[in-house]
Amino acid sequence: MAVAPNFADNLSCCSDQSLVVQNEFYGKTEDDPVTLMVNEHDREQFIAGLKAPLPLALGVISFGMAYGILAVQAGLSFLESTFMSLTVFAGAAQFVATGMLMSGAGALQVLFTAFMINSRHFLMGASLAPFAQNWKLRWKIFLSFLLADETYALAMTRFSKNAPSMYYQLGVGLNLYIIWVFSSMVGSALGPVAGNPRAWGLDFALPATFIVLVVPMLRNWQDVAVSLTAGVLSAIGLVWLPGKWYVTFASVLAVALGCVLVKLCRRK
Amino acid sequence: MPAEVIALILGMAGITFLTRFLFIAVLGRVRISEKTITLMQFVPIAVLTSLIIPALLAPQGRVDVSFKNEYLMAGIFATAVTCRTKSLVLAIVIGIATILSMRLLIA
Repeated sequence: MAVAPNFADNLSCCSDQSLVVQNEFYGKTEDDPVTLMVNEHDREQFIAGLKAPLPLALGVISFGMAYGILAVQAGLSFLESTFMSLTVFAGAAQFVATGMLMSGAGALQVLFTAFMINSRHFLMGASLAPFAQNWKLRWKIFLSFLLADETYALAMTRFSKNAPSMYYQLGVGLNLYIIWVFSSMVGSALGPVAGNPRAWGLDFALPATFIVLVVPMLRNWQDVAVSLTAGVLSAIGLVWLPGKWYVTFASVLAVALGCVLVKLCRRK
Repeated sequence: MPAEVIALILGMAGITFLTRFLFIAVLGRVRISEKTITLMQFVPIAVLTSLIIPALLAPQGRVDVSFKNEYLMAGIFATAVTCRTKSLVLAIVIGIATILSMRLLIA
């Protein structure tokens, strides 16, 4: 019972605590059900994952609303706009796609642009693949579907210090999915009366979110060099490459430079 | 909902899912080493930066590197704020305040 006061401060729900109490009281004997320990650990990871995106919520909400407003103004109905958020769940691609629809682009053009913007996911998927190698197929499918930029950034930051957990990633992904769908619905509902979201600077929410994600990742000069290279190359790619290829172009070359830098440093 | 809109949205959903799923599915058997983890930490840095910079340099699709580009200035202020506080709320508030006040002053 000595542990009880600590639990009063604990934010997690009561059923969690009773499990912890059981484990603490009955100790780690051989009879102790291993599954219970695993479940308890997984639940903690899941709750940590659910909480992790909260500091980013304002960015996701602003951008989700900006998307919803723009989608309705581009001629999508409330249902269509919401359906897109539910099934696509990719802010940048949805934002650009609705912008293109507004300017009268054809379906193939929109699909191709969506592919180019999303091709950065190849890189993210490749770097998450080693963590995912023991996941069941249905987990791979579900967590892939939920793999947004923010999910990826939070998971990679976490996995660099803690043991990788698919439950953590699930918590992050679900939280962001719910925030994204709801804020885009609010935006779509406001769309007819809201005016241009760009006029309110709402579209700044996306780069602001990414800035807050990337700055804490710059821990040494190699990180800074990779970031600067990606920045310069994406600006060059923006001018010289068609469509949205600059993201993939700049990312691949900047990561390659990072690999070279690490190798050069090891040799000395 | 008209069928062509549903088809377009499902097409986008399929393409988006494929880009996320393909390497996680195919590269499932990669062995993970300390070195790989170090190198993989460059990926989010590179991807996020290459999304940030074009959004700031060409917010309307045309490149504008000048003090009159309100998104560029907002980005600089937001980065400075982030270095000090790591608060997204502050970064967004200061960024949007910069954008709106510059538009008011210039217009």
